[in-house]
Amino acid sequence: MINIVIYFMKNTIAERIYDFLKNFPPFDVLEKEQLFKIASNVKVTYVEKDHFVFKQEENPHEHFYVVKDGAIGLYRNMDNEQILVDICDEGDIFGLRPLIQNDLYLMSAKANEESVLYAVSVEILKEIIQTNEKVKKFLIASFSSNIKTPYAKGTNGQIFANIEILQTSNSSFTEIQSAEFSKNPVITLKTATIKEAAQIMSEKRVGSILIVENRNPIGIITDKDLRSKIATGLVSIDENVTAIMSSPVKTFKQKITVAEAQIAMIKNKITHLCITKDGTDKTELIGVLSEHDIVVLHGNNPSLLIKKVYRAKDVNSLKYIRDKTSNLLEGYIEQNIPITFISKIISEINEAITIKAIELSLEEMDKRPPVKFGWLALGSQGRKEQLLMTDQDNALVFEDVPQEKYQSTKQYFLQLSKKVTEKMNVIGFEYCPADMMASNPKWCLSLSEWKNQFDAWIKTPTEDAMMMCTIFFDYDLVFGDKMLVNAMSDSIYESINSFEIFLNFLGRNALRNPPPIGFFRQFLVENDGEHKDQFDIKSRALMPLVDAARLLTLSHSIKDKNNTVSRFKKLIKVEPKNQDLYLSCIDSFNILLQFRTSQGLTNNDSGRYVDLNNLSKSEKLKLKGCFKPIRDVQELLNIRYNLAQMM
Amino acid sequence: MFSWFKYKNYPLFWKEYSKKFKQKQPKSFENTRFVIFDTETTGLDISNDRILSIGAIGIFENVIEVIDNFEIYLKQDQFKAETVEIHGILKEGKLTKMSEAEAMENFIAYIGNAVLVAHHTAFDIEMINAALKRLDLPKLKNKTIDTGILYKKLEGKKDAHFNLDLLSDEFSIPKHDRHTAAGDAFITALLFLKIISKLKKERNLHYSDLFRVSGKEGLM
Repeated sequence: MINIVIYFMKNTIAERIYDFLKNFPPFDVLEKEQLFKIASNVKVTYVEKDHFVFKQEENPHEHFYVVKDGAIGLYRNMDNEQILVDICDEGDIFGLRPLIQNDLYLMSAKANEESVLYAVSVEILKEIIQTNEKVKKFLIASFSSNIKTPYAKGTNGQIFANIEILQTSNSSFTEIQSAEFSKNPVITLKTATIKEAAQIMSEKRVGSILIVENRNPIGIITDKDLRSKIATGLVSIDENVTAIMSSPVKTFKQKITVAEAQIAMIKNKITHLCITKDGTDKTELIGVLSEHDIVVLHGNNPSLLIKKVYRAKDVNSLKYIRDKTSNLLEGYIEQNIPITFISKIISEINEAITIKAIELSLEEMDKRPPVKFGWLALGSQGRKEQLLMTDQDNALVFEDVPQEKYQSTKQYFLQLSKKVTEKMNVIGFEYCPADMMASNPKWCLSLSEWKNQFDAWIKTPTEDAMMMCTIFFDYDLVFGDKMLVNAMSDSIYESINSFEIFLNFLGRNALRNPPPIGFFRQFLVENDGEHKDQFDIKSRALMPLVDAARLLTLSHSIKDKNNTVSRFKKLIKVEPKNQDLYLSCIDSFNILLQFRTSQGLTNNDSGRYVDLNNLSKSEKLKLKGCFKPIRDVQELLNIRYNLAQMM
Repeated sequence: MFSWFKYKNYPLFWKEYSKKFKQKQPKSFENTRFVIFDTETTGLDISNDRILSIGAIGIFENVIEVIDNFEIYLKQDQFKAETVEIHGILKEGKLTKMSEAEAMENFIAYIGNAVLVAHHTAFDIEMINAALKRLDLPKLKNKTIDTGILYKKLEGKKDAHFNLDLLSDEFSIPKHDRHTAAGDAFITALLFLKIISKLKKERNLHYSDLFRVSGKEGLM
């Protein structure tokens, strides 16, 4: 009662909050009464430095936040580390997306300094969305990019869409996140009975049916209608479908985005949208977009996928999951989620899939493995840096057996490996053209054989041997016995220590690719072949960093670090004086990997070769920004290993 | 000794108010509604000066609830031109004003059994009590907290007097609408949250500590 009285009288505090909010989007486009209503319902909170407003994976609050004073850092948890993704200061909004999308918080929000926040009720905002088109646009734009990349700093950040850019050109957003709808909607005519409609629905196993007239949608019946109107006896099952259909239906154009669809569903409290030729209900129906479709699209959440892998009973379901993973990857890249996080997720799913493929193969074998063994991922898979589907690189190590049992043991594991690699091929990891796979007798070896092999490579450092080292040194145990792999690692370090010049050879190998930039600051491109005039981002930009990190960690006998970023991180600890260089190497590596991945997704290839003509100026600048650390780290190797003399 | 008889004659709003103190009172920060308030007056003399306006805002679960705010202006016969420059309330201004009786009724209904918080509570409480007395009503029953004293607890200071301007600066609280009752209440509310938060961090602050008064500042 009192509040009502005050509302019509004077409300100094709400006015003051109003005056503050009106300076910032989306509040600046609100009607006066709308904003005043928001202001008079604000909850003011004070957050002490280092205290959390909310944590990642928590259920969303009923409010989103506007920073009044202070600064709030948004963090993502990765590898028990918190990576700062964005800092919100005066007037910035955070914590809104999960409220609208009914999702958990994707990030933690922590006060970087003591802060005062205005908490705004999402319910009031939802009401406003229904009437205010500008606010809706703002929200759609900000949803698509509310995670800024931490790696955009230093260059002009144009690759990474931010809100301002999206506000001026919404088209790019519409393209990248168009919602996928069902193209063959289940339909019936308005003359059909409810019973007939229900029969069609159960036959086609769908939860909704569209009623059409001249192919234009005029109504919809969902499971819910059947439950609430038929099962309750309210309407007879023999009546016409028009008796229970919801009509008219909400229609949209094909290019509807996920965010638009979600907002339309929230706004109209409906779960299905009709897609028609021109977006009105006066044209032909071409599809239906259900809330479920959106959940599927966005519900590719990694833990769900991994659970599905565990439950998978055959290769085809694994293939399906791997395809879903690609969708997930695409979504992550579009949303500029930090690449270290993406790599981790994708690697985990890939690893789970590989393990499942091995388990399925083991079940097919006549007997259990005769001795312990380990399945190794090699190269970029071993380094957990593989995001796109590329070919498989793997190897197998088995326990030493007496001479007389060697043949049968090796045969067993070759047979097993063949089954695994076949499955991986079906799933989408193509066979390695160079046959670097465990099914190759050369790479399915006993522990002693591996030790000898590594020793031979290390002590006769030919160019081929060096190449093998770069691939086989980056192994990662995917399945099997850890002790075997530890023994392998130990023997490698022994061999290296007894033959130290090996590191110089490896160093020379690391410099085999000249710096990516030529004398006139031009990109060095391929001179001939299929990829003439294209830039080879893998061998000219990523590999130099990978090679440098490997060499430097080997030189310090650092074990258990098989990933480029974690290698550089470890190196920072060992060589604090080179901290700045190694940090910039990490940044560059992450940007390049993200770049390669998005190139690959765009062109549906490995993303290795970049056509410079298709890059914008800012993209070129951003790439060039990554090259300085490459040059610097190559320089460091050059000096440290006296490589100038060896070249 | 005739209090039971007197009680019966109190107006309904006062009976409702009294009833709220018969129930069990909250015993923790989180369950307590705090009402942070401030009065603007014609002067500092409790018996002769009058309340011109009351501003207040509620805090519940460590959050300032803007919807739970209170802001009224009073019609008073007493008027001192010299204090207008402080509070800016003119005798015949555009603001909707109510009588002291209406004001007290509204205020009492608004505060209920909340814990009252003000900067230098004693004065504001006495002004309200004086107004209640003129209406033949007893004194306020609410527990009270003085942010000035809380601050001294925090800093371990004994006698100095810390005005709101000084503390706003120290706690970097913007001084909007200073010297309006609502503006000062809002500033005091932020000050209260910040001091409480610091007290909780620095020592094991118990709810009851809030009401413990040290030595001669015994104003409650």
